[in-house]
Amino acid sequence: MSTHGSPSVRTPAAASRVAAGVRRAPLVLLLPATAAALLALLPLGYLGVRAMEHGWAHAWEIASEARTLELLGRSLGLAAIVVAACLVLGVSLAWLTVRTTLPGRRIWAVLATLPLAVPSYVAAFTWISAAPSLAGLPGAAITLTFACFPYVFLPVAAALRGIDPAQEEAARSLGGGALRTFVRVTLPQLRPAAAGGAILVALYVLSDFGSVSITRYDTFTRAIHSSYQASFDRTPAAVLGCVLVTMTVLLVLAENRTRGRAGHARTGRGSARPPVPLRLGRWTAPALAWCGAVSAAAVGFPLVTLGYWLTVGSSGFDPERLWSATVATVTVAAAGAAVTTVLALPVGVLSARHRGRAARLLEQSVWAGHAVPGITVGLALVFFSVRYAYPLYQELPLLIAAYVVLYLPVAVASARAAVLQSPPVLEEVARSLGRSPLRVLREITVPLAAPGIGAGAALTFVVIMKELPATLLLRPTGTDTLATRLWTETGAGAFAGAAPYAAVIVLLAAIPSYLLGRRS
Amino acid sequence: MTGLRVTAVTSSYGRGVRVLDGLDLTVPDGELAAVLGPSGCGKTTLLRVIAGFAVPDAGEVVLGGRTVSGPGVHVPPERRGVGIVAQEGALFPHLSVARNVAFGLTGSGRAERRARTGEMLELVGLGGYGERMPHELSGGQQQRVALARALAPRPALVLLDEPFNALDSALRAGLRSDVRAALRAAGATALLVTHDQEEALSAADRVAVIRDGKVVQSGTPQELYARPADPWVASFVGDAVLLAATAEGDRATTALGSLALTAPASAPGEGTVVLRPEQLNLAPATEEAPARGRVTEVRYHGHDALILVDVPTAAAPVTVRTTGSAAVRAGDETGIRVTGPAVFHPKAG
Repeated sequence: MSTHGSPSVRTPAAASRVAAGVRRAPLVLLLPATAAALLALLPLGYLGVRAMEHGWAHAWEIASEARTLELLGRSLGLAAIVVAACLVLGVSLAWLTVRTTLPGRRIWAVLATLPLAVPSYVAAFTWISAAPSLAGLPGAAITLTFACFPYVFLPVAAALRGIDPAQEEAARSLGGGALRTFVRVTLPQLRPAAAGGAILVALYVLSDFGSVSITRYDTFTRAIHSSYQASFDRTPAAVLGCVLVTMTVLLVLAENRTRGRAGHARTGRGSARPPVPLRLGRWTAPALAWCGAVSAAAVGFPLVTLGYWLTVGSSGFDPERLWSATVATVTVAAAGAAVTTVLALPVGVLSARHRGRAARLLEQSVWAGHAVPGITVGLALVFFSVRYAYPLYQELPLLIAAYVVLYLPVAVASARAAVLQSPPVLEEVARSLGRSPLRVLREITVPLAAPGIGAGAALTFVVIMKELPATLLLRPTGTDTLATRLWTETGAGAFAGAAPYAAVIVLLAAIPSYLLGRRS
Repeated sequence: MTGLRVTAVTSSYGRGVRVLDGLDLTVPDGELAAVLGPSGCGKTTLLRVIAGFAVPDAGEVVLGGRTVSGPGVHVPPERRGVGIVAQEGALFPHLSVARNVAFGLTGSGRAERRARTGEMLELVGLGGYGERMPHELSGGQQQRVALARALAPRPALVLLDEPFNALDSALRAGLRSDVRAALRAAGATALLVTHDQEEALSAADRVAVIRDGKVVQSGTPQELYARPADPWVASFVGDAVLLAATAEGDRATTALGSLALTAPASAPGEGTVVLRPEQLNLAPATEEAPARGRVTEVRYHGHDALILVDVPTAAAPVTVRTTGSAAVRAGDETGIRVTGPAVFHPKAG
């Protein structure tokens, strides 16, 4: 006998909206996205072709030369020193500002991110101009450390905020002291975040051209540049470029792995209860001194030195030259940001809305630029244009192409995030009201994503404006940007002459950063 | 003429997972039909197939006499004339209410567009709200605008995808009858997709119950409630008391005694009878009562109460619905009397 009472089969709202019959990506998106992906892959491919032009044996000979290996050692050594120093600075500042009773924690946290706004070669200029004896490894290491430690600080601070304090409390209740708890419980959980940050720092150091050339420390990028300038045989430069790309690609792959694991580690995030901050007590003064010293070196020192050189003035200073460099910088950066943003849009929409195999492949190709140092992109485009598109050589379109390749990832990430913010059902409703896919894109998708796309364009503008190595190789003859002027003047030891260019870069970069910060 | 005819539609995703499995559905012109089913039954996929966002593996969708999906035919969504009212309205946040409603009015002149927009807003009771932005409206108002937007281009069919889900229950009933009235006034053919049986029964002219990608029963709300096709439909559509039974002729023997059946059993044998809790009444626990049991729980709902009674010969407690305040408490002995006939389902196989 069976009796069945009220079986209310009320299920929660249909949560799974997985649809059968995947929407195919429309051609109006696929075609431009494919073009962008091909453009992004072109320099890498061509660099390989050029390196192998005289055969494997010749390429291997160059790659295994004593000088190459020495440069490799210098680059990797510099990266190791900077990474270690950044870990110390980044983790300590993150812990102090997130988990202790340090006075003025908010302000210190803001100060710790500010170095990102100052291009590292500007910082290099301030250090070298103040203390020329720092030239070489010390100058390069100091400059890059203070420029890069925010890459460790930011993810570690975020991870510290995410850790459930209950675990630390459990460790404390089991009799571990504050220090022991930090080392045994907290630190291991920060490892994915710290490792991800460290890899970003290493990537930055290996790709850096501006600060190492201003501090006159020979690394791979600098050798590529001088090898390109010194000889008519372009093969050595291409081979060195390939070696450098291999190293950076390995780092990017490693970074993707840590990112994947860090994400996994965060899935079980517990309560959002804020942890009780650790009382610093008599350690307050040393902690304040530490934060003060780091901020002074990373932010205060460059600004003060810059101010000093500006007041000293220079006899050779030419306001007209500064003006024309500023106009040129804004022009190339605006054009570059516009083209990059337009090309990024179809890729961003595809990767946000059509998770097919084609969309993923396109998105990944676009990310190639993330792994390739600016100097190699510039070099590859020089080689390519000299042989196949000579009229474009040292013309604006080629420079724009280099910016597109380098910064497409930045713009795609913004576009994708912006598109993801509005629900896809809006686009479907628009389709059902009689709009074709292209018109839906124009009337719904893009207007709704406009603020995010605009933010991405501003960010792209800033990074392009600061770009040095590719600009140096590809700029139209007679054109100077602020970055290339700064590079030339410091190269000639004219510090007071370089200061105005550095100051304008910092100011120009600050405007969009300020606007972006206010929006978020 | 039929508004919508769906024939033998099959759809699967990945490899082999069938979401729709030969589904048939017909909605006569000008009617409001509901598709009712638990989550995961395939109703969202059905909606996407009808709207043209998903391509079925097989089968046919005919809208107002025109084949829009079928072998070798796939009319894109923008040329189907299917209006959609989505779960939370899905108004375009960057457009005013009037421009939202006018969005689908592409082929007409400016004056005509303005007139139609005003007319539609009046229809849903929001005349004069045209200049507001979507975020300045309440959830219920947003749904009304979404309905006006869907109706404005005079679509062949309006699809309503769980449109009242995000609203609180007090608002729901009122909006539901307003939407029904608006659809009727516009003469629209409409399909309401929902997992809420109360919503389906109270709003629709005709309800199709879907399970595992198939329609298991389709009929008027009254037919569905009074003559459920099987015990699963009985428990899904409203509260049900299911009892093991032995049928013979037009009567069946159960734990609650001998019951009259709605239709004579085709052959004598074992099976299940379905009763509604309101068919069961409490009676004094005397010898004359056809069945007796002990009250295990009283679920008081205000306008009525559900009383669970443990009947010794029944496998699970039976549910009795009483109006007003219940005179019994848990632990009391009570008799049970059944009024009206029961639906008998012979044991399958």
